[in-house]
Amino acid sequence: MEEVILEVMEEVMVEVMEEALVEMQFMLLFSRQGKLRLQKWYVPISDTQKKKIAREVIQMVLARKPKMCSFLEWRDLKIVYKRYASLYFCCAVEDQENELITLEIIHRYVELLDKYFGSVCELDIIFNFEKAYYILDEFILGGEAQETSKKNVLKAIEQADMLQEEAETPRSVLEEIGLT
Amino acid sequence: MPAVSKGDGMRGLAVFISDIRNCKSKEAEIKRINKELANIRSKFKGDKALDGYSKKKYVCKLLFIFLLGHDIDFGHMEAVNLLSSNKYTEKQIGYLFISVLVNSNSELIRLINNAIKNDLSSRNPTFMCLALHCIANVGSREMAEAFAGEIPRILVAGDTMDSVKQSAALCLLRLYKTSPDLVLMGEWTSRVVHLLNDQHMGVVTAAISLITCLSQKNPDEFKTCVSLAVSRLSRIVSSASTDLQDYTYYFVPAPWLSCKLLRLLQCYPPPEDGAVKGRLVECLETILNKAQEPPKSKKVQHSNAKNAILFEAISLIIHYDSEPNLLVRACNQLGQFLQHRETNLRYLALESMCTLASSEFSHEAVKTHIETVINALKTERDVSVRQRAADLLYAMCDRSNAKQIVAEMLSYLETADYSIREEMVLKVAILAEKYAVDYSWYVDTILNLIRIAGDYVSEEVWYRVIQIVINRDDVQGYAAKTVFEALQAPACHENMVKVGGYILGEFGNLIAGDPRSSPLVQFNLLHSKFHLCSVPTRALLLSAYIKFINLFPETKSTIQEVLRSDSQIRNSDVELQQRAVEYLKLSSIASTDVLATVLEEMPPFPERESSILAKLKKKKGPGAVSVNELEEGKREGGELNGGGERGGDNSAIAASNASTPSPSADLLGLRTGLPVSAAPPTAGSLLVDVFSEAGVNDDGFLRDLEPPTESSDSLLAEGPGDSDSTPPPPPSVVSEEPAPPLPESDELLNKFVCKNNGVLFENQLLQIGIKSEYRQNLGRMYLFYGNKTSVQFVTFTTTVTCPGELQSHLNVQAKPVEPLIEGGAQVQQVINIESLTDFFEAPLLNIKFRYGGALQNLTLKLPVTINKFFQPTEMASHDFFQRWKQLSQPQQEAQKIFKANHGMDTEVLKAKLLGLGMALLENVDPNPENFVCAGVIQSKAQQVGSLLRLEPNAQAQSGEQMYRLTVRSSKDTVSKRLCELLAEQF
Repeated sequence: MEEVILEVMEEVMVEVMEEALVEMQFMLLFSRQGKLRLQKWYVPISDTQKKKIAREVIQMVLARKPKMCSFLEWRDLKIVYKRYASLYFCCAVEDQENELITLEIIHRYVELLDKYFGSVCELDIIFNFEKAYYILDEFILGGEAQETSKKNVLKAIEQADMLQEEAETPRSVLEEIGLT
Repeated sequence: MPAVSKGDGMRGLAVFISDIRNCKSKEAEIKRINKELANIRSKFKGDKALDGYSKKKYVCKLLFIFLLGHDIDFGHMEAVNLLSSNKYTEKQIGYLFISVLVNSNSELIRLINNAIKNDLSSRNPTFMCLALHCIANVGSREMAEAFAGEIPRILVAGDTMDSVKQSAALCLLRLYKTSPDLVLMGEWTSRVVHLLNDQHMGVVTAAISLITCLSQKNPDEFKTCVSLAVSRLSRIVSSASTDLQDYTYYFVPAPWLSCKLLRLLQCYPPPEDGAVKGRLVECLETILNKAQEPPKSKKVQHSNAKNAILFEAISLIIHYDSEPNLLVRACNQLGQFLQHRETNLRYLALESMCTLASSEFSHEAVKTHIETVINALKTERDVSVRQRAADLLYAMCDRSNAKQIVAEMLSYLETADYSIREEMVLKVAILAEKYAVDYSWYVDTILNLIRIAGDYVSEEVWYRVIQIVINRDDVQGYAAKTVFEALQAPACHENMVKVGGYILGEFGNLIAGDPRSSPLVQFNLLHSKFHLCSVPTRALLLSAYIKFINLFPETKSTIQEVLRSDSQIRNSDVELQQRAVEYLKLSSIASTDVLATVLEEMPPFPERESSILAKLKKKKGPGAVSVNELEEGKREGGELNGGGERGGDNSAIAASNASTPSPSADLLGLRTGLPVSAAPPTAGSLLVDVFSEAGVNDDGFLRDLEPPTESSDSLLAEGPGDSDSTPPPPPSVVSEEPAPPLPESDELLNKFVCKNNGVLFENQLLQIGIKSEYRQNLGRMYLFYGNKTSVQFVTFTTTVTCPGELQSHLNVQAKPVEPLIEGGAQVQQVINIESLTDFFEAPLLNIKFRYGGALQNLTLKLPVTINKFFQPTEMASHDFFQRWKQLSQPQQEAQKIFKANHGMDTEVLKAKLLGLGMALLENVDPNPENFVCAGVIQSKAQQVGSLLRLEPNAQAQSGEQMYRLTVRSSKDTVSKRLCELLAEQF
């Protein structure tokens, strides 16, 4: 039942989409083996479409050789990507969008992850995927840069972590061990 | 910085993730997941109320499973429960789940909106930000309805924290993009614009995205942002690299904000205020200067950020297109990048130069880099960079360098990547045509194209070369010689055979004097390719053969032999068999004269837009030159289309034909009477109709040689019969009042909205056929009146009138028509139409004649509708939406929702929309089911741009197939009329 409703919803949203030209349409993080590690969509797209797009983009980017340029035309969009260690960071932006500044968006996000996790690696993102999403939300909202200062973004995340700790200290030691 | 493995760690989650990672196979993974899903389900359903922590953990697991690519159909309610938790992490996970697994269950939405509302009014900035992030991530209409009023208040309130302001600005932007009608800026406008002055750079960075979007849609209301943006930019550009503290990125001050400011300025023309403009030019100069300074850091991030600003500044300079000095400096800067060691910079420089090439100020400067670009095309290792180089060569091409560029592109084509060959072929074909000074070069180029990349040469390309050869008598001999030589190759591409067959069939006589290319040699050469060709090519060759029989009577017996062979006359393909049978018969029974008449050389093609250009426009990538520019170029080179001599200069043709030893020379006299388009049929030249028919018949693409006799059963072709030689009387000798329009005349009219040819009317006596063609604001219509009886129609008269106001909107002139139509015969009438301004009604056509003494009097509506004057306009998605938004006044839009009268076959719909005359834009509407079109209605007084969107809904609630049609035009009456006309079509 619910699925049907979902489908209807998607249609409605795609219809609404007509007016929406979003700077960044989606961001994907995936491994060299093509495993998707993080996906953020800034335009409403159905789940099946998302899967299809991700597959297509991942395949395309993985086929690129080093030294090739970091920009690709894909459908009406531009794909801007960069590889960091075992992970590819990849953004789809509007055709008019500035490619170089998008590359640096990627870099700033990597810096944020790195600073937060302390030399970030792929595993950090796998095991703390929700954190990776929170950091991204502080940095980019609705496909547009919200706060480009590294300090300010991390301050916001830090504050949230503080709230978290206050709330949870009493239970974590006892129950975590017993639970699994 | 807090290390990560602290209190928040949900061990259960970590263990689950490890388990999944340890799964050796996909099956094992699925098994593990199903086990977990079952476990979670039972926990959620269980009697024991779950505490917040467990709920959070399970919801997070579900989220993880979903992100792995599995479907999740439960857990929404638990996630919503988490929203109202006081514990931050629980709330946070709840929001994340909701943002990722958007759900439209209305009860859930109500609960979600409630939770958001509570958080927004909590005055706790962290909670407020979470709620705003959720709205921005989901961005649904329901959320817009609930919060679009509240968020602007949060955004401009004096006591709102900076971080909340930032989220509010982008949240509002998202809602504005999804539901612009719900976000009313009105009273907030000026305060939002002034956020550009905010002390907090982060607030400015977020707010400027919102302001840019609003400015695009309401430029006037937001125009005060220009001077604010300039002064902000100026402050950043002139600041020392450390002034902006954490907003300095690798020694570059505020690169993101700078780019966004430069982008905002691109929504507006250059500032009118001299001081502001001066300041801006200064900024742009500073940015260009900085590009020359030695880098402050070796890191690529430094140069990327610096160059990002530089490219954005260059975009603005190109956008203004008014500062020659800056344009040339930009071009020189890009020139340096062309040889940079960074592939990214080379790519971007090529791309950016493409737009510079179209500015009159910098075109020459761009051209100086031709060698570097050619080199890039040859040596770049990355196909996307090569593609850019090819685009740039195309953009910088003009008369002075066309030969060099075309030669380079041709040689590149031999090794080009398959993915870009077709586009390259189109580009070469267009450049060759556009800049041809001598046509032999053009013919050589196209034949080379077929030789090198025959598979990628589309029909449009080879149709075009034939159109041009037919229209240019000075190149026909050369073309014949060249195709003859090209066909000598043992293996030649089928497209070459097609062109060769066609050209030799028409102009083989021009080279037949040389014994090396005598008629029989020509025929044997063509026929040696026959067996290797596909059916359509064979059909074309058969037509060429019958043309040979006419051109060279000495080949008649050989060719008849071939036609008579079982493999032709009993061919299993109906088309081939029919051609063989008919041509054989024709060649054996028709007299030389009739044969010569039927198989006369093709008349020149009417001038029209190159179909190749249309095709390229369809394919148009971002690197392509703007359509306008191409069209301008085409006008410049228009003589190639042979337009100047349409139907004229027959003496020249005659002379050139006479100078050749053509056996058909005795027929030349007929050619002088050949009116290709205009002139009413001259009495006495009984063959004229056949030929003007042939001229009209062609629908833009060359079909084939179709001897008109073949179609003599068709209504629209008048065979060489006996036609009356009395001069037509003036059409106004009428005593009776014209009858009122037939009741079905509107319906008949509607049949022709999306097509130009067909049968307009038919009863037991009379059949009226129509052919029409339109260009710009002019149209020409051919009416064919067929007498279906065996008795004469006498005093046959027709009158075309424009009732009422229409007279001042449309100028319609009908040529006189024969007053007598023999039984079974057909007469033709030409009507010229000029659209003066947009119009509603259709002209009336009254027909009167006597049949066996009884007066027949009937009135029809002439199918001249406003859409006939459409000029299709291709545009990219972005442009389309921009224009769509510009036409947002309520009266500019007309909309209709209606039931489908016919099936919803996509191809049929497409064909209809194309017939409408607008450009059907692919990949514009995010919903592939929908259709969008763009076009400009031409009239003498004005041009009216129109955009159309058709949304089929195959399963509307009523269970019926429905359409929603929306038309926006710069003129309200046009939208309305188009909408009315179209609603009857689907």
